[in-house]
Amino acid sequence: MNRYQENPIVLLISRLISPFIMLFALYVIFHGHYSPGGGFQGGTMLAASVLLLRLAAGSDISQLQFKKSWGTPLGSIGVLIYFGTGLAALIAGGQFLNYIYLPLGGGAAAERSMGILLVEIGVGLAVMGILVAIYDDLLEGEPDD
Amino acid sequence: MRVVNWILLLIFTGLMIFASLGLPDRGKIEAPLNRETSAANTPNAPSYYITHAYEDAHTPNIVTVILADYRGFDTLGEETVILAAGLICLLLLRRRKASDE
Amino acid sequence: MIEQILGHYAYWFVFLLLTIGLYGMILKRNLVKKLIGMTIFQVSVILFYIAASSKWGGTVPVLLGHGEHTPDTGIYINPLPHTLMLTAIVVGVATAGVAFALVITIFRRYHTLNEPDLLKKMKEGDDAS
Repeated sequence: MNRYQENPIVLLISRLISPFIMLFALYVIFHGHYSPGGGFQGGTMLAASVLLLRLAAGSDISQLQFKKSWGTPLGSIGVLIYFGTGLAALIAGGQFLNYIYLPLGGGAAAERSMGILLVEIGVGLAVMGILVAIYDDLLEGEPDD
Repeated sequence: MRVVNWILLLIFTGLMIFASLGLPDRGKIEAPLNRETSAANTPNAPSYYITHAYEDAHTPNIVTVILADYRGFDTLGEETVILAAGLICLLLLRRRKASDE
Repeated sequence: MIEQILGHYAYWFVFLLLTIGLYGMILKRNLVKKLIGMTIFQVSVILFYIAASSKWGGTVPVLLGHGEHTPDTGIYINPLPHTLMLTAIVVGVATAGVAFALVITIFRRYHTLNEPDLLKKMKEGDDAS
């Protein structure tokens, strides 16, 4: 396998753009109520902002932004947030995943809106963690420089 | 053997095009997909979601309300599928130092 | 006749994609090319559902004007297939990830990705053990 020639222009642009992609992805997740977007789309863009640096700078240097061992725990935390919202509705006296029984105030419609937001955050984190973890596992053991 | 594969491919495509001639015209409001009530006089699911999404959840985006509120259980199952796929890749490809190859 | 062509031409383009994907899955001998064919097949099914859910003169299913009055169902396209296909897209990505992990494991074990050679080596391995 031939050695990867590092290109300084690509490296500089990737380092500059990657935080802005992450910020726009957070905007897409949180504005899923008012415009097309939501959890899955924002989670994929978050993963794209991490994978951009993995492709541009190699695996060793980009561990400084997002370590290799953070992928799978972040995915599990996302699924736990989703499950926890459903269990909180169950514990507070209602049915599983019925957001009316969540212990936040404001009436039925506002509680459903807040429940949708919590669930979308969980989905976004899970998708980001797992996509980065799949990429890192596919490159395990290869001399990637 | 490859000739048999080519013939099967063309037969399959011809069968799909013939089957699609029976589908209703795309995009008309009178199609059974887009009506207000179904054939058994029960409310049709997509038009119920469009008319009741804002008063139930105060959210203008109908797709997010369906995905996370009306059909939230399916989204939970799908997240479990993503987590399972990540764990499968981890188990297949992370090698320990002792048992190499 | 013209009416039927105007109502169905989108489906015929989707079936063209389906044929390309199926060609890749059946008639290529390399395992990675078969996987690419599987991904194209999956995308064509998703596009079929999205094409079937449209309405002439409709717009995106995001309510205009924050819903002060009951929305008219004639101007918003059908939101239910879009929701189901969001799930399908992400499941497709996960499936492709698992499939490529399996291909890597097969290559590490048998050192070939050509399907007839692979089947021959697996049969020899079964006969020897």
